[in-house]
Amino acid sequence: MSIRGKAYVAGIAEHPVRKATDLSIMQIVSDLVTWALDDAGLEPEMVDGFFCDSEMPGLGVLSAAEYLGLNNLVHMDNTDPGGSAYPMHVSHAAQAIATGKCKVAVAVLAGRPRAAGKGADPVPDFGIPELAFEHPYSSMVLNQYAMVAMRHMHEFGLTSEQLAWVKVAASHHAQHNEHAMLRDLVTVEDVVNSPMISDPLHRLDCCVVSDGGGAVVVVAPEIAKTLKRPPVVVRGAGEAVKHLDGGRVDLTYSAARKSGQVAFEEAGVTPADIKYASIYDSFTITVVQQLEDLGFCEPGKGGAFVADGNLIAGVGKLPVNTDGGGLCSNHPNNRGGMTKVLEAVRQLRGEAHPKVQVPNCDLAVAQAMGGWLGSRHASGTLILERE
Amino acid sequence: MTTELPTLPNPEITPSVAHFWEAAGEGKLDIRHCRSCNELHHYPRSFCPFCYSDDLDWQTVSGKGTVYSFSVMRRAPVPFAIAYVTLEEGPTILSHIVRIDLDDIAIGQKVQVAFADTQDDGPKVPVFEAAS
Ligand SMILES: [Zn+2]
Repeated sequence: MSIRGKAYVAGIAEHPVRKATDLSIMQIVSDLVTWALDDAGLEPEMVDGFFCDSEMPGLGVLSAAEYLGLNNLVHMDNTDPGGSAYPMHVSHAAQAIATGKCKVAVAVLAGRPRAAGKGADPVPDFGIPELAFEHPYSSMVLNQYAMVAMRHMHEFGLTSEQLAWVKVAASHHAQHNEHAMLRDLVTVEDVVNSPMISDPLHRLDCCVVSDGGGAVVVVAPEIAKTLKRPPVVVRGAGEAVKHLDGGRVDLTYSAARKSGQVAFEEAGVTPADIKYASIYDSFTITVVQQLEDLGFCEPGKGGAFVADGNLIAGVGKLPVNTDGGGLCSNHPNNRGGMTKVLEAVRQLRGEAHPKVQVPNCDLAVAQAMGGWLGSRHASGTLILERE
Repeated sequence: MTTELPTLPNPEITPSVAHFWEAAGEGKLDIRHCRSCNELHHYPRSFCPFCYSDDLDWQTVSGKGTVYSFSVMRRAPVPFAIAYVTLEEGPTILSHIVRIDLDDIAIGQKVQVAFADTQDDGPKVPVFEAAS
């Protein structure tokens, strides 16, 4: 049993807002679901599956279903390992469709941490078993990712300049995205000369904090056939978890190694076949680590792989995050996985900005990471194909 | 400039493994040991995550280790160095490197345990400093 070819991405939407001062989370949700269904050419009464994360206001899907007036839901899913949730939602929707549990699934992410003045770190909850052993040391998103970068430098010779290239590529793409938060081109020098935040990560190695969100509609093949949008089929998916394993710590690889292997195996393709890659970019190191773990280059060679513009559309071998990514465009609710799916779909439809559209883009990967790269995290890999 | 021994945020003591902080208060780093498979694990749990036995005791370790990775949070009001320290006895634990010039910390550096106070009269917690 496989989900390969069993479900299609029929509609997408990304909210243009980046600071939602005058929008509630539910207004963002209803905007997104309206736009994504419009994009697909489907009516709300056809929606029978609903997917969201655990930060959706209300209990799971309940408040959202009521607010949206969805009366025909027969399948629901709140899978939520942070930013990695959204490729998983598409995968789980495809699984549900493949097994006949639903036919039209909507997955939505929305949030407004920026307007609410919240940071990227969750509120301490000592019911979490590791917290008593991490809270005294101010372990947070930033320094956990930084420790992975530091070890990578020690072990493989990664440099700050190589990391900077990830941001430089994002800025090259973001200049063409009218909704991007940061549209100015930056250079390697700009990145390495920006203030050191948590060594070796500089300010410009870090993604934006933004409001907004995205939505995706996944449908059964018989419904996809009736629609007018370019058909994007789910070809494979994988998910995995990695943690500190009782103290057997190894920061040289991530959960993407396993989720990628599972996804590529199901899809029956290799990284060399991929024309466009959405790679979660909470920090520059996140991209380097995932590219290695997915097999786009050898372990330890990610720094050399991203350097010299290799991720820039029209310049390098692997165009990555052509919307400007989380580093320059959007990181809604501190969760980057949804926008990764959306730009992959745009590329496959040929609807990315003309300046960054990959020619003949027929196979793409959307890769996302949730949690803390340096401790416990989850990885979701999704492989999509233009038919 | 050499940092001082900090006073750190207070953990909420987990009752099932409260011994960890009682030992720290006596200047000992006690790591959870499984009598069934003989493995050490950290953070401490009420069962062994490797073999699922609940036949556990505590091993007072040497407190010696090496820096596996670290990062100095430069933008904090008082910059500090978070680190993973691999203990001589095996497990790698999250901690701080203290009483050190923050620019002198290096992966592979030998360190030894010390104990720092926590806020609001909380328990002492292990930190590490350059080995003498
Ligand atoms: Zn055991």
